[in-house]
Parts: sequence; C-alpha cells; structure tokens
Amino acid sequence: MELIKANEAVVKAAVLAGCTQYYGYPITPASEVASAAAKYLPKIGGTFLQAESEVAAINMVYGAAGAGARVMTASSGPGISLKQEGVSYLAAAELPCVIIDVMRAGPGLGNIWPEQGDWNQVVHGGGHGNYKCLVFTPNCAQEMADLTVLAFDLSDKYRLPAYILTDAYIGQMMEPVEFPKARTQVAHRDYALYADRASKDQVVSSIFMSTEGLEEHNRHLQRKYAEIEEKEVRYQEIQVEDADLVLIGYGFISRLLQSVLENLRREGYKVGLLRPITAFPFCSKRLNELAKQGKAFLNVELSNGQMLRDVQLAIGNDKPLYFYNRMGGMVPSVEELTNVTRSYLK
Amino acid sequence: MSQQILEKPASFYEHFDRKGGPKDTTHYCPGCGHGNVHKLIAETIDDMGLADRAIFVSPVGCSVFAYYYFDVGNIQAAHGRAPAVGTAVKRTRPNSIVISYQGDGDLASIGTAEIIHAANRGEHMTVFFVNNAIYGMTGGQMAATSLMGQKTATTPYGRSAENEGFPIHMAEMIATLEAPVYVARCHLADLKGIMNTRKAVRKAIQAQVEGKGFTFVEILSPCPTGWKMDTHAACEFITKEMLPVFPEKVLKDEIATRVGWEHEIKEFTDEEVVASLELGMLGEPFPYDKKFVDNFETKGFKFAGFGGQGVLTAGAVFAAHAMQEHLQVSWIPSYGPEMRGGTANCSVVISKDPVGSPLVVEPDVLAVMNDPSFDTFEPTVKPGGLIIVNSTIIARKAHRTDVEVLYIPLTQIADDLGLKAAANMVLLGAYVEYSKLLPLDHLKTIVPKGIKRKALGDQNVLAVEAGAKWVRENAKALKPVPSLTA
Repeated sequence: MELIKANEAVVKAAVLAGCTQYYGYPITPASEVASAAAKYLPKIGGTFLQAESEVAAINMVYGAAGAGARVMTASSGPGISLKQEGVSYLAAAELPCVIIDVMRAGPGLGNIWPEQGDWNQVVHGGGHGNYKCLVFTPNCAQEMADLTVLAFDLSDKYRLPAYILTDAYIGQMMEPVEFPKARTQVAHRDYALYADRASKDQVVSSIFMSTEGLEEHNRHLQRKYAEIEEKEVRYQEIQVEDADLVLIGYGFISRLLQSVLENLRREGYKVGLLRPITAFPFCSKRLNELAKQGKAFLNVELSNGQMLRDVQLAIGNDKPLYFYNRMGGMVPSVEELTNVTRSYLK
Repeated sequence: MSQQILEKPASFYEHFDRKGGPKDTTHYCPGCGHGNVHKLIAETIDDMGLADRAIFVSPVGCSVFAYYYFDVGNIQAAHGRAPAVGTAVKRTRPNSIVISYQGDGDLASIGTAEIIHAANRGEHMTVFFVNNAIYGMTGGQMAATSLMGQKTATTPYGRSAENEGFPIHMAEMIATLEAPVYVARCHLADLKGIMNTRKAVRKAIQAQVEGKGFTFVEILSPCPTGWKMDTHAACEFITKEMLPVFPEKVLKDEIATRVGWEHEIKEFTDEEVVASLELGMLGEPFPYDKKFVDNFETKGFKFAGFGGQGVLTAGAVFAAHAMQEHLQVSWIPSYGPEMRGGTANCSVVISKDPVGSPLVVEPDVLAVMNDPSFDTFEPTVKPGGLIIVNSTIIARKAHRTDVEVLYIPLTQIADDLGLKAAANMVLLGAYVEYSKLLPLDHLKTIVPKGIKRKALGDQNVLAVEAGAKWVRENAKALKPVPSLTA
C-alpha cells in the first residue's frame, strides 16, 4: 500500500500497464503527472518528452500509438482544447492512447482551481467529426490508478483514445493506493508500424477519399461506440434502492455528496447517490430505470450543467430533476450541499 | 507519352492499388516535382536496403497520398505535424528510418513550431521539404515561401511586403540551430539540379542510418498547375525566379564530425519495472488491531504554517502512519480561497470508513506554526477540539475558550537539537504523545520511511522523540481532553 498523490498514481499505474511513452506540455494543475512521467519513464527505457506545444504533444501520441506503443499525455482544459484536432485524428485512425485531463476552471485562461467544465469537449467529441472517446471519471487516488490501467486495456481493445477526466482536487490528493501487478508486455497490434517487414504494409491514416468509404468508416465507428455503450458502462450506487432523492455527481463532487448522504441519512432522509465512473459510455439506461421508479434527482456539478444535459436526456423532461452548481473554481462545502439537498426533501 | 516503364524502384509498389482509378499512374499533375523526389527517395531506400525499416510520414498537401506509392511503413499526419509524429515514431522504434515529407504550407506555415523543434532536438529523422512556393492541393493559394509579387489565388494583386511579408527561408533558419547535422537546398529545374538533389537525398538518409542526427533537405520543385504555366516555363521559373531568392546550397554539413547515436534497446522485466517505481517504501503495515480500528472515530486535521515549515510533510507522514495502522486516510494540500491567507496548509482525514470529503473545514485538531495560520483557522476549530500552537513563533494566546490549546515551543525544541527544519516532526511527536491517537513507537519507524531525503530520516526521529519528551515533562501543565484520547 502506498500513500501517493493521485496525479503520480496515474503514472505509476500506467507504467505497470506497459506504458513506455509520454509526450506532454506543462500546465497547472496537471504538472505532477508530467513530473512523475519524467522521473519514471526513462528508468524503464521509455520516453518522456516535453513537447513544444500541446498540439505537438498529441501528435507525438499519435506517432507512438501508430508505432505500437502504449502512450499517454496529460493536460488541463486550455491544453485539451488545443489537442482536439489530434484526438480527432487518433479516433479516426483508431489508435489507442490515454489522455489525462486534470480539469481547471474556465473558460479562457480562467484559473487553476477545480472545475468540471471539460465534460462537453471530452465526452461529446470536442474535435471535428463523428467520434467518441472512452471517458473515465475517478473520484479517488485508487481509482486514478485502477481506471488508468482499465483505460489502457479498453483503449487497446476497442482502438480509440481514452480519457481520465479528473480535476485539480482529485489530482492533488494523497490517498492509499494498492497498485495492480505489473503487466508490461503490450500485445502486438496488427495495424501498427514496427519498422519491420511484417508491418511494412500497414498504413496509419485517417483519410478516405471516397465518400462511400468514409461513410462506411463512420458507420463502423458508430457500431463500435454502440458496442461500448452496451458493454462498458460503469457507475457506483450508494443506498439508491430505497432513496426518494438520488444525488448525481462525478469525480470530486461525488466525494462531497457521499458526506451529504451520510449526514442526511443520519437525519432520516432517504437519499441515495449515483456516481458515473464512465462518462462515455454514460449510465443512461440505469438513470432511466430509476426515473421510472419515481425517484427524484439532484445533479451537482462544478460546471454550468454540462453533464445535466446527458442526465436529462436519460430520464426525460417530465421527471423531477434538480440542479446545483458552482463554477470558477468555487467548491461547495458539505454543509452547503446538505442544506441544498434538504431543501428538495419535504 | 510513353506507356513503358523501363525500371522502377523496388520500394515503389508494383501497381498503385490504393489510389483507385488507373493503377500505373500517379495522382500528380504532369510536370509536378513530387514524382522526381519520390523516385530519388525510393531508389535510395532500395540501394541502402531500408524498405523494411523505413516509415514514411505523409503530410497534408499533394503528397498526402505518398502511401499510394511507397512500399514501406506509412503513417499519415495532421497538417504540419509530421515532425511531431515522426519524433514519436523514431523514439518508439529507434530502429526505424523515419522520413518526413512535407510541402511548404505544411512545413513553413502551419507546422513551423513542429519542424523547428524537431530540428532543435536533433531528432534522428530526415525531412524532405518540397518547396513550390504555393499551396498546390487547396487550389494555388499563397505560401509563406511565395515570391514577392507572385500572383496566387489569395494574392491576386501579387504578394506584397506590406500585407504578407517576405518569403521565409526555412533551410537557413534550421541551419542556424545547433543540433541539425545536414541542411541543404537543391532544385529540380534541370538535370544538374536533379543530380544534386539525388546526392542530397542520399546523404541525408545515409546520415540517419548512421545515427548522426537530424537531416533536412529543401527541394525547389515545379508546380505547373498551381503556377499556371507549362512544364518548361515552370522549370524556368525555378531557375530565374526562385533560385535567386532560395539559393541552391549545402547550408550545414557536420556528418563527418558527429558521433553516431547508439540506441541500445533494452527490454525490462516486470520485476525491474516494479523496482524502478519505488513502491513499498513504507514497508509492511503494522499488525491489524480490530478493536482499535473499529472504535476509531473520524477525525479531521489541519496543519498550517509558513511555506518551508514542513506542514505539508507533517500531514503526509501522519496520514501515512494512520494508513499503516489500517485506517482510511486522505491528505490534500491547501487549495482554494484559504490559501490567500499567506499560509500553507493541508487537510488530513483519518477514519475507519472510506473518507467522503477530504476537505477539513472544521478541524478536530489544528496545528499552527505561525501567526497568520492561527488567525485564519482558530475560529474554524470544532468546539471541544484541540489547537497546538507553536509558541516559539506565536506570541498571543487563543481567543477561543471552548477548545483545548497546547502551547509548545516547537521551533525552539527543534533548534535545540540543531534541526531547524524539524519543528514539524517535533509537532507530530508532541501530538501523538499527548493524544495517544496512534502508537508513538510506530510513528518513529514511519518517519524515516516517509521523509524523502534519507539522510534526514534519522534526525527527524530525534525530533519526534524530543516533541514527545517535552509533552511528558510538561504533562502536569497539560489537561488531557477525553474525546481526543483513543
């Protein structure tokens, strides 16, 4: 068991999962990820490279993925915005990689405090074209490690980029982490370039000159996303069964909501918590089921309601859904959230 | 036009099946220079036996379809990003021969950052820069290398210094950098130019094979379609208009004097990887005491002081200790509005249950090392809680009457040991001895493991002991608080 910063746990977990390549650009509050990568990757014969820009970094990720490596990068909102072109190319060429987004407050330069304003650009594409990425939303250091490993595995399995969508708070936290066993032998990718005769015929590309060909490629991608939605939805429920009101929140907010739940349960209120662990694929089906059971929902976010739209789509417009948010780096206290929640309970 | 191919480099495909349409013709316009450059590169790959190792990075532009022709590994890059893609391909596969093939829009405009920095890092790759002073594929727009007065789709009145500035000299720019080993400019306007290009292509690729470093060849190439000329006039345009601006020249050649790059590829075992990650530094946890854990009530701590007083470390070591006692813990540094009070601080939560919010807004225990921290956080402590005041630095007494307060000369005790930086460890020793929350002897074994600089570990144990000793000696003056005693 280690007591470790979540931003460092990500890197150690990645290395244990066979990641040998890291290309990134410095940005607060994702800097510890780069520092840890710079420390550990050279020790195992891997590459850490501080790129000249976010744009170059994501294109290096593309190159390394195309050359068969498990590769990662990390950034925060403004940097993720810059990377979106490259992510689109990765998704189109069906290359696996892991991108850590330690969210800060926006829009624009904003500030470095925690926010959840990257949901739209990470979960719903962000770059051009009809693509999606796997998105994991850890809420503790242990999950930062575990979901990083899972992100590498599923990214390889389905051949698409995977995000770890976290925030400045989770990233800075030190918590106990039990690391998984090392599994550094990366499976051969029959589509990648190994600079040998066997892989010489491969073309890593996202260009389709024929409209029919590109439509078919798009349909192929959509089928893949549908399969992922079928098989890879992950979420956590706490005391949802008998709850009248279900709190919904991800990442750091879910930690606060857990404390709110404990407070209100002590007061005798039937409150539950549903925490998405994957943002894509999203737990829409489960939300829909819970809505049909007559439950009400309170969605709490550090954004203007970017996840709220997905929740609303899942449960429909006629169900009781409340919303509470803070933005700009402001984080609600447990007391504040407890009072807000109580106001929606008779 | 002749239909007969006399000889074709082996590293071109037999037929261009990927292209669609006629299988034996290229997609390039008549008189275009790409065919020449492709051929010179393919022949070099053949002659040097590099086809299996070569990875060709195709850019955006007319040469985006290079993978139609080259029977080598192919990767297509976003506009301008070929050197970044090539960088990672080479670093991932050091055995590869990376050839980045870029036009002027790609390399001299949208991808300026990537080419300059790949060159500056001395990436072991070869870049062929096909400069035809125009955006060919998008329909003949101005390029950064377009000549003064040149009329294009986007400079219908001719390129002007006032509006578009002057033609950019990429080869000259790159030659000023320290890392590149070979930088040359050549042209395809006549046979002599083509033969010089052939030499440059070979030299650049050979240098990469020998691991000498970054090589760059700019090639002035005709674009009759984009220039709206016949092929003869296009060649004349190069000779008469382009060459005076972009002279044919070897700008840098240090191949002979550079030492080749030895890229030994070492495979690491799982065990070696684990060892490199410095895991398990805290060792085995202490024996599990079920009664102790089950009866442990959740407590929130705040450690606050100046930056440099080690409050973050104190919190981290304390949390590490609690973790080794099989408790749930979280540690989070000051983050948010409270940081503006001129203090560094951290929150630590210790609980038998999973920790909800890791933020400690109302601490059960507050340790303050300086006045601003005391002023800021004294009002936040839970009634019945405990404040430990570093009385060496803080002169005032507490305003609160509903909390226990210990005034301990933490800095003085550390100074007396000659360990100025160890007041934070004195604090831990004093608190643990006072509260009996965790076993003191366990803390003393954790401290050397939890402090990153090994040499300081043993000294810090002395500081912990000194803090505990002070509490024992002054015990009579201190009233234990039942709620805080395990």
